[in-house]
Amino acid sequence: MNTPLSWIKAYVPELECTAQEYTDAMTLSGTKVEGFECLDKNLEKIVVGKILEIERHPDADKLIVCQVQISEEGDQVQIVTGASNVSVGDKIPVVLDGGRVAASAHDSEPHPEGIKIKKGKLRGIESFGMMCSIAELGSDRDMYPDAAEDGIYILSDNEDYKDAKLGTSVPELLGLSDVVFEYEITSNRVDCFAVIGIAREAAATFRKPFIPPVITETGNSEKASDYISVEVKDTDLCSRYVARVVKNIKIGPSPEWMKRRLAAAGIRPINNVVDITNYVMEEYGQPMHAYDLDTIADKKIIVRRANSGEEFETLDGQKRTLDTSMLMICDGEKPVGIAGIMGGDNSKITDNVTTMLFEAACFDGTNIRLSGKKLGMRTDAQAKFEKGLDPNTAMQAMNRACQLMEELGAGEVVGGCVDVYPQVRQPKHVAYNAERINALLGTNIEESTMVEYFKMIDLEVDETKKELIVPTWRQDVGCHADVAEEVARFYGYDNIPMTLPRGEATHGKLSHKLSIEKIIRSVAERHGFTEGMTYSFESPKVFDKLLISKEDKLREAVVISNPLGEDYSIMRTLPLNGMMTSLATNYNRRNKDVRLYEIANIYLPKALPLTQLPQERTQLTLGMYGEGDFFDMKGVTEMVFERCGLMEIKMYDPNAGKSFLHPGRQANIIYDGKVIGYLGEVHPEVCENYNIGTKVNVAVLDIPMIIERSNFAKKFKTIGKFPGVSRDISMVMKKDILVGQVEEIIRKRGGKLLENYKLFDIYEGAQIKEGYKSVAYSINFRAEDRTLEEKEISAVMEKILNGLKELGIELRQ
Amino acid sequence: MQDQLKNIVDQAISQINESEGMDKLNDIRVAFLGKKGELTSVLKSMKDVAPEDRPKVGQMVNEAREQLEKILEEKKTMFLKKVREEQIKMETIDVTLPAKKPVMGKHHPNTIALEEIETIFTGMGYEVIEGPEVEYDYYNFEALNIPANHPAKDEQDTFYVNSNIVLRTQTSSVQVHEMEKGKLPIRMIAPGRVFRSDEVDATHSPSFHQVEGLVIDKDVTFADLKGTLAEFAKELFGEETKVKFRPHHFPFTEPSAEMDVSCFKCGGSGCRFCKGSGWIEILGCGMVHPNVLKMSGIDPEEYVGFAFGMGLERVALLKYEIDDMRLLYENDVRFLNQF
Repeated sequence: MNTPLSWIKAYVPELECTAQEYTDAMTLSGTKVEGFECLDKNLEKIVVGKILEIERHPDADKLIVCQVQISEEGDQVQIVTGASNVSVGDKIPVVLDGGRVAASAHDSEPHPEGIKIKKGKLRGIESFGMMCSIAELGSDRDMYPDAAEDGIYILSDNEDYKDAKLGTSVPELLGLSDVVFEYEITSNRVDCFAVIGIAREAAATFRKPFIPPVITETGNSEKASDYISVEVKDTDLCSRYVARVVKNIKIGPSPEWMKRRLAAAGIRPINNVVDITNYVMEEYGQPMHAYDLDTIADKKIIVRRANSGEEFETLDGQKRTLDTSMLMICDGEKPVGIAGIMGGDNSKITDNVTTMLFEAACFDGTNIRLSGKKLGMRTDAQAKFEKGLDPNTAMQAMNRACQLMEELGAGEVVGGCVDVYPQVRQPKHVAYNAERINALLGTNIEESTMVEYFKMIDLEVDETKKELIVPTWRQDVGCHADVAEEVARFYGYDNIPMTLPRGEATHGKLSHKLSIEKIIRSVAERHGFTEGMTYSFESPKVFDKLLISKEDKLREAVVISNPLGEDYSIMRTLPLNGMMTSLATNYNRRNKDVRLYEIANIYLPKALPLTQLPQERTQLTLGMYGEGDFFDMKGVTEMVFERCGLMEIKMYDPNAGKSFLHPGRQANIIYDGKVIGYLGEVHPEVCENYNIGTKVNVAVLDIPMIIERSNFAKKFKTIGKFPGVSRDISMVMKKDILVGQVEEIIRKRGGKLLENYKLFDIYEGAQIKEGYKSVAYSINFRAEDRTLEEKEISAVMEKILNGLKELGIELRQ
Repeated sequence: MQDQLKNIVDQAISQINESEGMDKLNDIRVAFLGKKGELTSVLKSMKDVAPEDRPKVGQMVNEAREQLEKILEEKKTMFLKKVREEQIKMETIDVTLPAKKPVMGKHHPNTIALEEIETIFTGMGYEVIEGPEVEYDYYNFEALNIPANHPAKDEQDTFYVNSNIVLRTQTSSVQVHEMEKGKLPIRMIAPGRVFRSDEVDATHSPSFHQVEGLVIDKDVTFADLKGTLAEFAKELFGEETKVKFRPHHFPFTEPSAEMDVSCFKCGGSGCRFCKGSGWIEILGCGMVHPNVLKMSGIDPEEYVGFAFGMGLERVALLKYEIDDMRLLYENDVRFLNQF
């Protein structure tokens, strides 16, 4: 919404403030000013001048030398110009020596700081200024249609300017000494999408009287109902329809004041009828439509839903296909407009119109919004209706428009109106309670002050019942909290004190899950992994990139019905694509030894189509290339487990079945019999799919699993006082036997005396037969209460060795 | 005998003084004090001394031994000191050679900002909780006083899975879950991912993070909201930070406000960073709308509350002067390791 200050001042005549003061005060009272533009910001020393004499330039064919009078007292300047549209006696805008214009004289392009004009010589003849085109005045012919297309703006050709005194400031004359404010109006303040609404707020903000236009009764002795009848079939979508008739239409230009206000609001002036509908739409926020009554069959308006597939040509010449959700304005035979969006080509006002039907209606905002979207249309009228208008404004706007028709001599208004308004919207009664308002705001505002605020913004106050009678245009005021906001706005948010909540003390902390994640972050970072973040949605093509089979359950993903594109259309069921993509970015940018981690959710639907929320499981994903291998990654995951209190043995199952990992270098991590994650080297083909030309290792740990198993209970264990005994064993075994199997035997058979064990050698090659490997462990035993005897150790060792034998493992000689 | 002893001692002392290293010193010790050493042989020859003289001779020999041992020890200490000095001299390093830093990863800038925010609010007694990212329409909209057909629900902004399930557009949905638990009072913040149908560019991302805050208690006021958030802003942006509250509209709060903080670059005098205004918009807030309380089963006659929400990326971008939001999701380590 853009509104010139002059228009606001028309209804708040005592308003005196700078543009910045206005901006700040309005923003703080709730009408946010996004910015403002002084229309004359680049205009300086530009006055009305009159051409007294024109002579040819002696040395240039295309130049003329003009003597220009620039004051009523007779001051004159000589100006050399290349303009061809000026004659003696013309009044023209003259920028004097040292002045400034908004655009370059050569190409009419606006200049951000304007262009300084200085006296100088043109082909040897002195020139003391410049005559201006409309572009040089910072505007254009859309806004000043009477300005010359290519040349100096001849002010004397315009009825309103021809008597201007010489030396008068041109920006002032043309209404350019104005400031246009741009507002960000919140959706609840429908009334502020209108000049009247903003002016009311401005008056209250500056504590000045608000003087809205006085709408006088109009119309001849005829009755509108003799010209037109209205039937609203779908009152759910059209709560009110007001029709009036104007005859003997005289299409012509609107007066300058109206043109200027429209232009400043960004609306191009066209002719009196169009301008009046636009003017009233800006002023009251109520869109209006004008039909040529002679095109309306049976002199009847019917408001109904469209038929399925009904076709209709809107006044922009486009054919539209409608459906049954959309509301149409029809006459006795045919549609004549799409309600609230655009009128029809068949009923539009032309220059030959004699009798006009004016429509001011109240259509359902949501319906208009949805219809507009379906039709791919967005008109100014639609934008207003979408907010949900007050049906009571319709009549005001209609009468205002008719008043302007009369005032501007645009036609003869027919008396009376046709008003279909089955359910009149009544003002709401909302109780106010000063004590409660103060309790909510934390203030101490007198009730009488509150009452003053209410009255300032035209909320009627019943002081005995302690009730506000809220006008229907304030649809947002409905409860105690809304009333409190009105008080707060005018008391000033700034003036409300700053305190801290009292009340029961609460214990601030991270949720258990978040504190575990914090531990995980510190472990990952300590091992050189940097935190990344990737999107939760991705392309279904990801599954192919990760070599995931067509039948895999991982492909059952939550699908977004209106994604930004296929690339963002499914919610990820595994976190690797984000990691691989990020690693690829780094690899392609030649970053060395990259380690990344992410803590984020995967989304696993319980069933598709989705009826319940998917399971969201937070995953720790680690990924790295460059320095470090599978076992480095394994070490990091073990550190994560230990720090998270998973102190028991982790088992590694090489049959993890991950298609995206190297078949011989992957493992599920098993804790307490449950898979809590996996790790491995990424399958070379997958690396290729991501354009990574090096080995990548990844690990994915399921954080909910970690949380369920985390145990931070710690219990002191005596430090062994008695000496321990160490036994080294060196074994030869088939290559496919895992050291994990060996360790399991040592653990299970080592019994209570086993303190720990450590792999100290693993070897294949010379001296070891083909298909076999040599593995050596150092096993330590200790008892808490005594020095171990040789025979005890031998007994345990025998158990272990027997177990190993069962796996076909031999001791190395 | 006495002369013999003196002679031995003198000889030893002279050798000790002339010695130039630990090895030599050891040789001297062996030669004089060792089992076959000269002093020992004097003792051995005691049998030739008259018995009545033996104690005296013994004492003399012991005195000579002690004297020599003392001198030897002094000399040894001197040598060790010299050796250490030489070693120290040799071990001098160029301390300006590069440091060997352990390679440590970094928090994502979002996480750094979030941890600061979490620290501030947990210090004020707030619990940090989470809620689902794929959410029922009810929690994301309806329970927040955003009825069906509200423009905010428009498909333009919201990713839908179906008519009933959306990707949450705001962390405010977590408020509702927390209120429904019925455990009062509430002081919580809820960080998390949210999703909006915005094309990716320097200032937009279809996926970003918010931090929601909610306080529900019996006597909470708008003044408390102001005080809390002013305190927060000071902690996050510096003690001299000023705040400004502007009226605004959110469906789930009433009265509502937007909070600006004084530009932490120019201190409020106006610069390029704050587009000349001296203020930077940082969050939205307000008193919880009575309808929202009611829908979550809290009696608005008895309880009141305030809520606030901010964009985490916005805080991170502002704090670290990052000019392109896309950098946050590319995960180039040269970017991430700067923070």
